Amino acid sequence: MISLAGRDILHAWGKFVFTGIGLGLLIGVTLTMAGVYRGMIDDAMVLLDNSGADLWVVQKDTQGPYAESSSLYDDTWRGIAAMPGVASAANVTYLTMQVRAVNRSQQRDVRAMVVGVSADGPGTAGWPPYLVAGRQITRSHYEAVADIASGFRLGDTLQIRRNRYTVVGLTRRMVSSNGDPMVFIPLKDAQQAQFLKDNEAILQQRRRTAENPAFNRPGVPGLLDAVIASQSSNNYVNAVLVRIKPGTTANEVAEPIRRWKRLTVFTRAQMEDILVNKLIATAAKQIGMFMVILAMVSAAIVAFIIYTLTMDKIREIAVLKLIGTRNRTIAAMIMQQALALGLIGFAVGKITATFAAPIFPKYVLLLPGDSLKGLAAVIVICALASLIAIRMALKVDPAEAIGG
Amino acid sequence: MTFSAMNRRTLLLLAVLVPILILLGYVALRSGPLAPVPVTTTKVESRALQPALFGIGTVQARYTYSIGPTVAGRVLRLNVHVGDQVKAGQLLGEMDPVDLGQRQSGLDAAMRSAQAQLQQAQAQRDFAASQAERYDQLLAVHGTSKEVADVKRQELRVADTALAAARDALKRAQADAQGVGAQRGNLKLIAPADGLITARDADPGTTVVAGAPVIEMIDPNSLWIDTRFDQLSASSLAAGEAARIVLRSRSGQTLPGSVLRVEPLADAVTEETLAKVRFAQVPKPLPPLGELAEVTVSLPALPARPTLPNASLQHVDGKLGVWRIHADKLEFVPVKVLGSDLEGHVQVDGVKAGERVVVYSQRSLRAGSRFSIVDRIPGVTP
Repeated sequence: MISLAGRDILHAWGKFVFTGIGLGLLIGVTLTMAGVYRGMIDDAMVLLDNSGADLWVVQKDTQGPYAESSSLYDDTWRGIAAMPGVASAANVTYLTMQVRAVNRSQQRDVRAMVVGVSADGPGTAGWPPYLVAGRQITRSHYEAVADIASGFRLGDTLQIRRNRYTVVGLTRRMVSSNGDPMVFIPLKDAQQAQFLKDNEAILQQRRRTAENPAFNRPGVPGLLDAVIASQSSNNYVNAVLVRIKPGTTANEVAEPIRRWKRLTVFTRAQMEDILVNKLIATAAKQIGMFMVILAMVSAAIVAFIIYTLTMDKIREIAVLKLIGTRNRTIAAMIMQQALALGLIGFAVGKITATFAAPIFPKYVLLLPGDSLKGLAAVIVICALASLIAIRMALKVDPAEAIGG
Repeated sequence: MTFSAMNRRTLLLLAVLVPILILLGYVALRSGPLAPVPVTTTKVESRALQPALFGIGTVQARYTYSIGPTVAGRVLRLNVHVGDQVKAGQLLGEMDPVDLGQRQSGLDAAMRSAQAQLQQAQAQRDFAASQAERYDQLLAVHGTSKEVADVKRQELRVADTALAAARDALKRAQADAQGVGAQRGNLKLIAPADGLITARDADPGTTVVAGAPVIEMIDPNSLWIDTRFDQLSASSLAAGEAARIVLRSRSGQTLPGSVLRVEPLADAVTEETLAKVRFAQVPKPLPPLGELAEVTVSLPALPARPTLPNASLQHVDGKLGVWRIHADKLEFVPVKVLGSDLEGHVQVDGVKAGERVVVYSQRSLRAGSRFSIVDRIPGVTP
């Protein structure tokens, strides 16, 4: 038995293939949009993964350190490290700012999340879990590990506030929830960077303090210096990252810290909730909304295409009916063509989406699950669209083959 | 004709569809979770390590002198300016003596008057002595009454006492005058040692409280770096270890030095160990006090042990370890870090020399992850 659909496709293969490719580009855009949405959520998730923490201890009644600002004294970790079930506790600071590479011929200015990591060495919570080039930080000052998305290279000199840092390592997919690349620097430098004002402001502040008679007393030499020194030091961090001992649960460890240290503690699940449902909720919904609309438009276009393709052949179908072809054969032909079109479209779409994904400035995550769902949706839409076309084809009067 | 046309079309269609299918297969296998993770590997080497410790500090002087008056007063004049080199004992300036000069002349006059009184008392005593002697002789030949002779003797004793009192009065007046002289001397600001003037806190005419510094000076040969090292790695820091000093203003230049002492008191708040690092030779021109300096201290060398790059260290399931490639499979081996240097090498216990471990990976690895060994992770420019 010869395949009617195959024959028909062969007959007008160019039109068929190019329609399929056009449809594929549309599906590709839809898949990419889904990838953008997944990428946003993934950005939030990798932020949590990369911190390597089980618990986040932050200032009481804040949703820090990612969603809100939070500050803790930098010796808080000692008390937390001694709590039951805590395997390790490490200070961390986060600060989103512009970071400049100063050694290149043209200065690059990159928006980055500067992470201050404690000096305990690789593997500590907060440190980049893996590198793609270079080495981890070994000095307690003036070294940096940058995400490759920042465009910095090994050996670059970065200017953060007034200090210069040498890029000694590169990492990948270390981003903030906004997708900004991370730059890891030693904690003490980061504390300073977070607090340090420009030199003008420091001078102004010193002058103000010196003019305050309460601080600048002739009878107490040295008081002014002490006040200024206390004004220009920063002993705060944004959060303490806690790893729990094996055999304990996050909630078990978190509860005593909440109760006795009077701090807010988030578990991984709570942190995900904050990031996904609060921090990126609106942006993600916006993208999600757009994706839904795109999917609907794609479905409508697929339906139109198949309908028009069938209508183009209405005369031939009438001839087929005239020579006594069974309805089933005609329906199968249209259905097969629609599905073939859908499959070509999906394949082209998947390919374009995969190759386009790395070009996007923010992360585009194409999940195989999403692709499979997309494939199923394409097939269902094509099948549904072909039903309309089949109905039209079966209603056609064989007389049209001769008339018209 | 029809057949061959049909055949040609089939071929053309296949020519379009087959590449699409191949691309799809490539895309499905080479991207997403099914794709192998590109990794780079290295062989564990057994080698000695030269650990070092990195700290920052500020340039300070070991000996600093704050010179000021011991009583409140007004600055009369200052002979030196900031930057001047001075010798020990050099007069740096003087405080206003206010009424000390007048008091001194009053006391000088009082001293002269006491001297005159002493001379007068001496004269009276001499006369009284000769009178007493004369009457004693007269009494011996019964030329006078015993009463008159007794009176003369008593007059001599009174004159003796008056003479002693006059002597003491003179001593007192002398001591008073010397006291004021000493006070005047104390108003002079004298350099206690050879040094360099670093600050002139008050100018002539300024009133300063007792103890407030007027001039500050340092011994320029005693410059050292007050250095702070993180406590985590400072265990083998000890006096005498060689250090390399880089001043912030001369970042291209490394100056030799050594650890003079590790402070017995650490900074409890910043969790840092403090140490004083001395220049082998104080740089010229002198670095300003308070300038930031980076100090790298060479610690004792570690014996040869399995060594790998610190980028290999990963934290998996609560353990620090490395991904070892064994029979083309990834396995996680927990390791203990024994030592590290500043160039990113770590000596570990847990793997043997000659074994292959993962250094860089494009993603986090899991046991059983598919991986492909590459020379460089894609996207990294050399």
